[in-house]
Amino acid sequence: MIELSNIKKAFNQGKPNEYWALNGIDLTLEAGKVTAFRGPSGSGKTTLLTLVGCLSRPTSGRVRFRGEDISGLPERFLTEIRRQSFGFIFQQFNLIKGLSALENVILPGFPTGRPRAELVASASQLFAQLKLEHRLHAKVEWLSGGEQQRVAIARALINNPQVIIADEPTANLDTALCREFMAILESFTAAGKTVLLTSHDPLVVESSAVHRVVGIRDGKLTDD
Amino acid sequence: MPNLASPWLEKQRHLIDFTLASLGRRKTKNLGLLVAYALLVFVLASLALFTNALRTEATFVLAGSPEVILQRMVAGRHDLIPPGYLDKIGRIRGVQKKEGRLWGYYYDPVVNANYTFMARPAEEVASGTIMVGATLARARGLAAGNVISFRSYSGKLFAFKVASVLSPDSELLSADLVLVSEADFRAFFEYPAGHYTDIALSVANPLEVRNIAAKLAEALPDSRPILREEVLRTYQSVFDWREGIVLTVLSGAILAFVILAWEKASGLSAEEKREIGILKAIGWETGDVIRMKLWEGLLISLTAFLLGFVGAYIHVFHFGAPIFEPVLKGWAVLYPRFTLVPAVDGLQIATLFFFTVFPYTAAVLVPIWRAAITDPDAVMR
Amino acid sequence: MLFQPAIIALLMAAGVAVLMLTAAAPFAVQVILRWDIRSGSEQQLALERRTYLFSTLLSFVFVIQLAALLLFVFNADRLSGMFVGAMCAVGTLNVNDYGFPSLISQMGVFFLAAMWLAINHVDTRAPDYPLVRIKYGLLLLLLPVLVLSFWLELQYFLGLKANVITSCCGSLFSGDAKTIAGEASGMEAQPAIFLFYSGLTAATGLALWHWRRGSRRSGYLLAAASAAGFVAAIIGVLSFISLYIYEHPHHHCPFCILKPEYDYQGYWLYLPLFTATAAGLGAGALQPFARVRSLASVIPGVSARLAGISALGYSLFIAIATYFVLASKLILIEH
Repeated sequence: MIELSNIKKAFNQGKPNEYWALNGIDLTLEAGKVTAFRGPSGSGKTTLLTLVGCLSRPTSGRVRFRGEDISGLPERFLTEIRRQSFGFIFQQFNLIKGLSALENVILPGFPTGRPRAELVASASQLFAQLKLEHRLHAKVEWLSGGEQQRVAIARALINNPQVIIADEPTANLDTALCREFMAILESFTAAGKTVLLTSHDPLVVESSAVHRVVGIRDGKLTDD
Repeated sequence: MPNLASPWLEKQRHLIDFTLASLGRRKTKNLGLLVAYALLVFVLASLALFTNALRTEATFVLAGSPEVILQRMVAGRHDLIPPGYLDKIGRIRGVQKKEGRLWGYYYDPVVNANYTFMARPAEEVASGTIMVGATLARARGLAAGNVISFRSYSGKLFAFKVASVLSPDSELLSADLVLVSEADFRAFFEYPAGHYTDIALSVANPLEVRNIAAKLAEALPDSRPILREEVLRTYQSVFDWREGIVLTVLSGAILAFVILAWEKASGLSAEEKREIGILKAIGWETGDVIRMKLWEGLLISLTAFLLGFVGAYIHVFHFGAPIFEPVLKGWAVLYPRFTLVPAVDGLQIATLFFFTVFPYTAAVLVPIWRAAITDPDAVMR
Repeated sequence: MLFQPAIIALLMAAGVAVLMLTAAAPFAVQVILRWDIRSGSEQQLALERRTYLFSTLLSFVFVIQLAALLLFVFNADRLSGMFVGAMCAVGTLNVNDYGFPSLISQMGVFFLAAMWLAINHVDTRAPDYPLVRIKYGLLLLLLPVLVLSFWLELQYFLGLKANVITSCCGSLFSGDAKTIAGEASGMEAQPAIFLFYSGLTAATGLALWHWRRGSRRSGYLLAAASAAGFVAAIIGVLSFISLYIYEHPHHHCPFCILKPEYDYQGYWLYLPLFTATAAGLGAGALQPFARVRSLASVIPGVSARLAGISALGYSLFIAIATYFVLASKLILIEH
C-alpha cells in the first residue's frame, strides 16, 4: 500500500546546521496491518511518519501511496490526500483549547465542505463507540488524559481515513489506559484500517495487536 | 453549478463558525484592535458626515439666493451702485427680476461680533422694527417684542423693536443677520440716497445664467457678476479642502492604526501558532487558513465599521459634532447653533471604506499569509 | 489638483496596489528562475508557499479595483458641480484628456486581473502546476499596466482645477472657460438597438455553446464575443437604454443611472455585465493551455463553468435592459 524507496530528508539544507534526519529508507507497508516504528528519540521515526502521512515531502526518493507517486506533489495536493486517507493521533493530543470536544472532532471535516449536521452526526457516533457521549460538549481542557486521547482518536476518524497514524500514542498514558488504547487499535484493524505508529513503549511494541515492528536508528532501518 | 457551489458555501460557513469561536476565545487581544479600529472609523466618519451635512446645508441655503449678483468695481474694489445704474442694464432676455440690495456690516462691541444688516422692503419689515437671526438673539438675549438699541458708526443711538426672531432652519447663514426696513437702513448707516450695495438678478433657466452674466459684463464693463453656481462651487471646494486638510492631519492616525493592525496580525502568540499548526496537520490547506483569517479580518472590519459609523452618526446628528465643529464650521465669531439634517451618502461610505478597511486589509495580508504557511508537520516535532 | 477625500482615497488605493505588486515582482522573478516542481528541496517548498501570497494579493487587487472603479465614477459625478458645463460624470471625465483613458485603463486592469485569476485557478488544480512560469511572466506584464493605470489616474486628478472664485476678486471665468463636452452622445437608436441585441445574443449564444460542449475554438470565440458584447452593451446603454431610464430623449449618460435619483438601476445592469464579461474573458484566457496534459481534464470543466456564469450574466443583462426599455414611458421609435 505504501512504498518508500531511497527516502532522504534534510533539514536546514545548505546551511551550516544542515542535518539529515533520514538517510536512505526502503520500505513497503502493507494495508490492514499495524506497523510500529521503534527507535530512540532523534532516530528519525517521527520524520518518517510525517513523510508517509503527507505532512511533508522527502528531499529525495520516492513515496508511493496506493501505487501513485506522491513524493513530488505540491502541498495543496498532499493536503487533500492527507485529509481523505490519513487520520492523526499526536503525542500531545494537540486538541484546540477553548473548544468543546465535539468542535475539536469535526475540525478536519471543515475543509471538505460536508454539512455541519452530517459532521455532528458522525462525530456523535464515534463518541458513542469510544464511550465518551457524556463529554460531547465539555471543553477539552476539562477532560482527563484518557478522555483527551479518545477525543483525539475520534478526530482522527471523522473523515473515515484508511490509514491511522499515531505518534507515541501511549507516552502520556498509564498502563490501564495504555491497554485500553491497544484494544481500540485492534478495533481499527478489525475495521480494515492500516495503522502506523511510533513507540518505544514495550507494552506497545510487544503487544499482539502490533503485526510488525520496524527499527530505526540514525535515519536508517535497523532490522524488522 | 449548484451541486458544486454548495460544499463551497458550506465550507465558508464552517470557516466563519471557527473564526467566530476563535475570536470569542481571544476577546482581550481582539478587543484592543477593535476599539482602535472603531475609533478610527468614528473619527473619519464624523468628519465625513459633518462636512457632508454642512455642504447640504449650504446648498439648501443658497437655493433661495438670487442666481446672479452684480457688484460695481472702482479701482478694482467693490463700490456702491450709483443711482440710475440699475436702468443702464436695460432689458436682458431671461432675467425675471432685478433689484438693488442694501446690506452692510455692523460691529457690536457688547458681544465683540459683526452683524450683517440687510434692508428689506417696508411691507416685510416695518420701520422701527427689526428681525434678528437666532444666534444673535441668543447672544443678546432677545425675544420678539424686546427693544434693543445700536450706536451707529456716526455715534447716534437707534432703538429698534424686535418684531421676530428668524427661523433657526437656516441658521448657518442667518446666524448674525439683522433685517431692517430700507428707510431705517439708510438712516442708520447714513447711506447716500439712491445708492445700493449691489444688484440681485433672478434668472429662470439655469442654462441661461452664463450668457446673461456675459451680457452684463459687456454692458457694464465696471461691474462684476457673481453667479450662484460659482458661490456654491466655491463653498463646496472650501468644505472639500477643509475635509482634506483634516484628513491629512489624521493620516498619522491611519498610519498608526495600520502599524497596530500589522503588529497584531504578525505577533501571533505561541498558542495561536500551535493552533494553526494543528489545523494544518489535521487536513486544513494553506488556502483554507488564509480564507479563515480573511473572514476574521472581514468580521472585525464590519463590526468596527458598524460601531464607528453608528457612533459617528449619533455624534454628528444628535450632538452636533462637538469634536470637529471648531475646525470645520463658520468663520464668524458668532457660532450658529443648528441641527444638522441627517444625510448619508454612498460616496462617503465608499471613501470611508478606502480609508479604513482597505489599509487594514493591506496591512494584515502578508502576516496572514506568513501564519498560514506554518509547516504542517510542526506539531509533530 | 483638487484636495478632496475621495481623490486621496483613490490615489492611495492605486498607489498601494502598485507598491504591493512591485514589492512582489522580485519574488515572481525568483519563481520563474528557480521553480522545479520535481525537487523536494526547502527552497522549492518556500517558492510554492509564496505562490499563495501572490494569489491572495492579486485577488485583493481585483476586489479593490472593482471598488475603486465604482468610487471613481461616483466621485466624477459628485465633482461635476465643480466644473463649468459639466452636467454629470461624463463632463468631469472630459475636463482633461486623462479622464476617460484612466477609466478605461482601470476597467482593463479589472478584466486582466480576472483573466489572471482564471489561469491561476486552473493551474492550482493540476498537481504539477504546469503554468507557473507563464503565470508569473504574465504577472510581471500586468505590473506595467497597473503602473500605467496609476499614472493616468494621477495625471487626471492633477489636471483637475475647479472653476472656483479665487479670494477677493471673483473674476468671471464662466465666460472664457473652455466649455467641455458635458454630455455623452450615442448612436442613432435603431442601429444601436440592432447592434446591442445582435452583439449580446451572440455572446450569450456562444457562452451557452461553450458551456454545453466546450472546445478550444468556442472558448476563443466566447472571449472575443465577450469583449464585443461588452462594447455593444456600452453602446446600447449610451444610445438608448439610458434614454429610456431617464425618460429623456437626449440624456445619454452611462453613469447617472447609478445614482439614487434613478433608483440605482445601473447596478442591475453593470453587475451582471461586468461579471459576464470577466467570466467570458476568463474562459478564453484558459484556452491556450487546454492541451497541457495535466490540465486537459481540468480546463474544460472550469471554462464550462465560467461560460455558464457568462451566459447567465448576459441573459440577465439583456432581460433587465429590455425590462427597463419596456417599462419606460419614453417613446423613441414609433411603432
